[in-house]
Amino acid sequence: MATNFKRPDGRKVDELREFEAKVGVIPNADGSAMYKSGETIAIAAVYGPKKMHPQHSQDPEKGTLRCTYNMNSFSVSERIRPGPSRRSTEISKITEWALEPALMLDRFPNMVVDVHINIIQADAGTRCAGINAAAMALAHAGIPMRDMVSSVSVGKLDKTIVVDLSKEEEDYEEGEGPTDIPISMTHSGNITHFQLDGKIESKQLMEAVELARKACEQIYEVQKKALKDSINMEEEE
Amino acid sequence: MTETEHKRTVVIPGETIVEGDNYLPGEGTEKQGKKIVALKYGLAEESNKLVKVIPLSGVYQPRRGNIIIGKCNLITFNGWVIDIGTAENAFLPIMETPRFVAKDRLDEVMRIGDICVVQIFGINGRGIDLTMKAKGLGRIDEGIVFKINSNKVPRVIGKEGSMIRIIREYTNCNITVGQNGYVWIKGDKIEDELFAKRAIIFITEKSFMDGLTEKVEEWFKKNGGVKKESKKYEDKGEEY
Amino acid sequence: MGGEEIEITPEVTAERIRKYLEEGKRFDGRNTNEFREVIIERNISKKAEGSVRVKLGKTEVLVGIKMDVSAPYPDSPNKGNLMVTAEFLPLSSSRIELGPPKFDSIEVGRIIDRGIRESKFIELEKLCIKEGEKVWTVFIDIYTINDDGNLLDAAGIGAVAALKLAKVPKYDEEKAKVLYGEYNGDLPLKKMNPFAITIHKIGSNLILDPTREEEDVSETRMTVGSSEGIIYSLQKGNSGYFSVEEIEKSFEIIEKSWKELFKKVEAQLK
Repeated sequence: MATNFKRPDGRKVDELREFEAKVGVIPNADGSAMYKSGETIAIAAVYGPKKMHPQHSQDPEKGTLRCTYNMNSFSVSERIRPGPSRRSTEISKITEWALEPALMLDRFPNMVVDVHINIIQADAGTRCAGINAAAMALAHAGIPMRDMVSSVSVGKLDKTIVVDLSKEEEDYEEGEGPTDIPISMTHSGNITHFQLDGKIESKQLMEAVELARKACEQIYEVQKKALKDSINMEEEE
Repeated sequence: MTETEHKRTVVIPGETIVEGDNYLPGEGTEKQGKKIVALKYGLAEESNKLVKVIPLSGVYQPRRGNIIIGKCNLITFNGWVIDIGTAENAFLPIMETPRFVAKDRLDEVMRIGDICVVQIFGINGRGIDLTMKAKGLGRIDEGIVFKINSNKVPRVIGKEGSMIRIIREYTNCNITVGQNGYVWIKGDKIEDELFAKRAIIFITEKSFMDGLTEKVEEWFKKNGGVKKESKKYEDKGEEY
Repeated sequence: MGGEEIEITPEVTAERIRKYLEEGKRFDGRNTNEFREVIIERNISKKAEGSVRVKLGKTEVLVGIKMDVSAPYPDSPNKGNLMVTAEFLPLSSSRIELGPPKFDSIEVGRIIDRGIRESKFIELEKLCIKEGEKVWTVFIDIYTINDDGNLLDAAGIGAVAALKLAKVPKYDEEKAKVLYGEYNGDLPLKKMNPFAITIHKIGSNLILDPTREEEDVSETRMTVGSSEGIIYSLQKGNSGYFSVEEIEKSFEIIEKSWKELFKKVEAQLK
């Protein structure tokens, strides 16, 4: 791994963008959170567990997790028409799959937990920021969970593996170009979400996964702090 | 944490609370090997080796004996379907009203949209069975009804109703706190009802602090509350 | 959480709200004509041409301006276009379901649109690039984040504030490309503040800026888009009725309230 690779914003290969996390940002929701990574800002709200409608969609064995992912029209330079798109529908499903393994849904048969993610400003890594916010919001809502879920996008720029791609890096044009690898995992290291677009050998991909694991450790600490701080803040009044 | 320490720390799901053979997993936790791991976001508490997590959030879990506040959704031929904020249907059968009700006069006792204080007397596969027979239960005629986080209800009621008593002393209001988080306040003046509501919101915001009773008395004094003469009130919402 | 029916403000509380209003009082201690605290945060998305977060008490909306070049409408070949959309996001309330826009969000979009359009707040004639061929379209997109009543007026404040902060992107005529991120000056606006102010009738009382609880009890309402005493748009919503005296009184209340709102918003945008 080239450790003196020059990233456009000067970060080291294993350095995350500046992050910020907060819970309790939406008063009406049962649980809510904001996660910011560089210039990407995601908020998430959780409603539930509650009765599932229509009745025929209910699962008598366990609760259902429903995620929606939505990008604001003005979160990107070229306006996105409001409303769902194929991309947002796919990411919604990916988000469900990323979070479900950590949730103890068998405790809520016939019920549904709704998670709504909204991207306010996008600069790459939006699905990861969304998953990070959603995981915090689920914990904040008191949903029983085996573990937290953290998400990061690792990538390959030409031949170098880097962590937390920015938009500029996603558009990297030199050499082999960019490879974008969003990964989500539980704190105990189980991978719940894994995607790839680009070109990479499996050996290097495993390096990327290891880099992602280390990055997710850091992100976990940020998520944990946000959840714990929200109590301490109340005490200090 | 030592055996006698009751210190409470905030934990998140998946976090190891303690490690050791002697510890037992209580509510909101799971034993994984030697570790007691939190399964919920909340305050971890250990006492006599039993480790549990007191949730700060999360949906109301109905239990037998709970006194709750609900809204009538539907009237059937033999009772009322009540929404108490759970996924399961809750049903109040005609036999469980304090006085006899004729089958064609159900809507005289309670109409759709009415709110009532009821008690859970059974939970089974079909749903939740309610009763309105005990003292203090019945249709709510007037006052204000609002919702708080159901996890904070024990603090609002206080040990043996101590907290509710303080609120009553300073506001002269009748207060019923449903275990499902719905609160009913009825007083002589709307100002008193709103004062009591503000006090309850204050308690929910400081619910995890120690010495809350003193803090609440201070809050009342600071906000112009004056202890009224004690009247005989029923402490509703306590038996659960 | 679990139930839906019980979420709506119960009738007993509604009775109390009405009774208290008879004495001219509200649960949160405000006067009937008083707006809650207004907090405006600027530039919440750097990718927008202008954007704000508006908090009206606990109600929160995000409003963003985007601009793009397109053909003009046939009946206005030398004027820019305006398009206003409101999205009621399910994350803002348990009462909102995912799905195609329901009437509420459509109404907010259209009312804000008319207020901005009829007042000619945006100087659309100055947004013409090539007559008959290329003009700027101004998109005002409104997103609800937390619903504690009066999303409409919050959206209106957001639209005016976001427009005031908006800049026009550079346009490369040769390549026919908008150069987002590079700007050519402020969005051309007239000097005015066309806020939408909605008055609600509860019993025989008229109130402004209802909380969610109060809005549940509102029998009928009227939204007036105005600036400095001139009314540009008006819409009565919901069934129920106003007497002629109530309408006249409403105009007085709204005109006075506009002045207060103007002060609050100006202070935030300094």
